[in-house]
Amino acid sequence: MHMPLQDTLGLNLLAANQHQADHNRERFDAWQLLCLNLMSSPGAGKTSLLEATITALAPQLAMAVLEGDMTTQLDAERLEAVGVPVVPITTGRACHLDAAMVSGGLRQLQARLSPADLDLLWVENVGNLVCPAEFEVGEHLKVALLSVTEGEDKPLKYPVMFREADCVLITKVDLLPYLPVVVERFEEHIHAVNPAATVFQLSASSGEGLPAWYQWLLETSREHSQALNNPTIASGLPAPEPVAV
Amino acid sequence: MHEVDMTKCLLLSLQEWKREHEPHTPCVSAVHLEVGDFTCVEPAALRFTFAAAVQGSWLDGSTLEIATVPLRARCLGCSAVYVPEPDQAYRSPCCERPMEEIISGRELRICSVDYSLSPQPSSPRSSGSTSLSSR
Repeated sequence: MHMPLQDTLGLNLLAANQHQADHNRERFDAWQLLCLNLMSSPGAGKTSLLEATITALAPQLAMAVLEGDMTTQLDAERLEAVGVPVVPITTGRACHLDAAMVSGGLRQLQARLSPADLDLLWVENVGNLVCPAEFEVGEHLKVALLSVTEGEDKPLKYPVMFREADCVLITKVDLLPYLPVVVERFEEHIHAVNPAATVFQLSASSGEGLPAWYQWLLETSREHSQALNNPTIASGLPAPEPVAV
Repeated sequence: MHEVDMTKCLLLSLQEWKREHEPHTPCVSAVHLEVGDFTCVEPAALRFTFAAAVQGSWLDGSTLEIATVPLRARCLGCSAVYVPEPDQAYRSPCCERPMEEIISGRELRICSVDYSLSPQPSSPRSSGSTSLSSR
């Protein structure tokens, strides 16, 4: 006779991924670098934004990219062309990066350079507004992109992604004159599901709005390294010098 | 189909739990989960992938019992608890404030496991319940 038993686990369903993500973050902290997880639907402009950002900020920040792509290395080639180390992570059929894939990417990165020499590591996630929101990879902050061509309702349709993002970038604003949308509605819907989100409007092709985004990145990177060096002073920092872009 | 990867995570956690019962192999009848409505998880897809994944394994024959947890938020204007609705842009009906404090709906939790252990003369049958580390 078998006695029925019950064990209480109380574990996160994604505990296995979370353990690896925590481990990745410990390594980022030991290397004193800031890791940002860049997420959006396919075609929202993640790679174009990285091309512009890396080109503009390369004199001030040492950067590298872990580039998630389902089947090709096209994006990785584009980013290599702007002169930054890129490790392609081909996910095959998986629609998101997970912490183990990023850990594998880190091993490849370490074979090429010393991560402690980096200030900022970009993780460009697979284009998808659903599951990347649930799979942490060890990032310090999540940045979500929403292009104006996608429509004003997307934050309401994919609320988990926009709720989880620390920063939301409304991209391709140079196309606004050609679209029947109101840019304020994008911002309104983002803040409806995530009032705390930092939001920027920009266009990687026209350059509109990029200086404010660059300023935020420099400030965030600076605050992050100061917080790591002195955990008791994590806020109340003086504003950094304005960036010439 | 990210539920496949979620199922893999679940199986890894269950594998770890199983090791705590060695040398016994627990015969699992049900795994209980809590899944919030404000997550990217579709319970039916999770049940489907779990059933496919456990075939022929030590978990064969077990079922996945999923309790869904509604999305609820607290209005920071008047402290009322409300159910945010997408067609109301998730705003509080009382003060029309944005969705600030979520109090439930983000759960993705492995709650408990129902199982039995075959009696073995060499090691007495365990009873009661044990807790694994929670996070």
